[in-house]
Amino acid sequence: MDTDRLIQTLAADNDQRPRPVSTQLAMALLVTLPVVAAMLLVTLGIRPDFMSAMRNPFFDTKFLVTLALAIPAIVISVHLSRPEASLGRWIWLLLLSPFILIVALIVEMTMPQRAPMMVRIIGRNSSLCSAAITLLSLPILGGAMIALRHGAPSRPAVAGALAGLMSAGLGATFYAAHCADDSPLFVATWYTLAALVVAALGAAIGSKVLRY
Amino acid sequence: MRGRDDEWTDLMRSANAGDSVAYHRLLKSVTPVLRAGARQGLSRAGQPPDQAEDIVQDILLAVHLKRQTWDANAPFAPWLFAIARNKLIDALRRRGRRVFVNIDDFAETIPSEPPAETLPTVEISNHLADLPPRQRDVLRSIAVESASIKTTASKLSMTEGAVRVALHRGLASLAAKLRKD
Repeated sequence: MDTDRLIQTLAADNDQRPRPVSTQLAMALLVTLPVVAAMLLVTLGIRPDFMSAMRNPFFDTKFLVTLALAIPAIVISVHLSRPEASLGRWIWLLLLSPFILIVALIVEMTMPQRAPMMVRIIGRNSSLCSAAITLLSLPILGGAMIALRHGAPSRPAVAGALAGLMSAGLGATFYAAHCADDSPLFVATWYTLAALVVAALGAAIGSKVLRY
Repeated sequence: MRGRDDEWTDLMRSANAGDSVAYHRLLKSVTPVLRAGARQGLSRAGQPPDQAEDIVQDILLAVHLKRQTWDANAPFAPWLFAIARNKLIDALRRRGRRVFVNIDDFAETIPSEPPAETLPTVEISNHLADLPPRQRDVLRSIAVESASIKTTASKLSMTEGAVRVALHRGLASLAAKLRKD
């Protein structure tokens, strides 16, 4: 087929204009977030003392940390779906969540402790925590990948890792409502582990499916 | 270059607003630049230029299918050249070459207008036959026989809407097949 004919054909297809990646991603999240919420409610449920826990700043901090990861990751994922985009200064946004976590760790250190450090790290549910966050992230990761396939990232593995961080951040936000361990030490250990696992998974999938 | 880039950006904005003629002009205008860049990239990698036209077509297809990722407030040329580079790198990699694509292969080429001989292309035509029958028939009619959507619809006893859908799906399947090579 000669190039002129191809051009003619592409021009004839100009009416079919795909939706922007941001819209696609918003739709994917609208579909998958309720699914993940339902998964959590049906299996683990939210912690019984949810209402009184809200008065504990360390409980609230968990949501702050997870959303501070998820929201920048969403923004950067959309940015990276453009072929000419690079990570550049956007990567600093990802430090927001670790920064909040470190501040929380320091605050906790300065407070009189009822439990020794190792007990706070291991908490009540460490074996469940990382696995549950990872599982809750998977539907979001799947939806995000389908949406981001409409993009054209110059580095598919990086774009995939960002999708992983987004999914882990959102999955962890839901899990935090169940999680009875509020120590920042616990969050820094097990939530971070889950985020790294899902980011690695996202990078591996992204390098395959986000190529264009 | 500034004038050319601004013109492209304006054409792409019109195209997004539904102006197919502007879109056609834009694609016509970028093609010689892409062709020159593809040839330069191939020769830099020590490859004969015989696949340049296949690369050009691969780039055009990607530009078309990914044009929603262009930000209408940004200039068009950097976006275009980013896609072109990506496709050139892909093509060289498929041939097992170590890849050094110069950032400026596309941005600073003088369009080779028009090439003395139009190089034969094989990739798209090869894949055309493997498409699902409906997509294949519609693409053959529009791309090979230059029929309009309307003529194609009446010829294949389809609605115009169905022809449009089959055309778009066919182009997307072609791009997917090129990627898998």
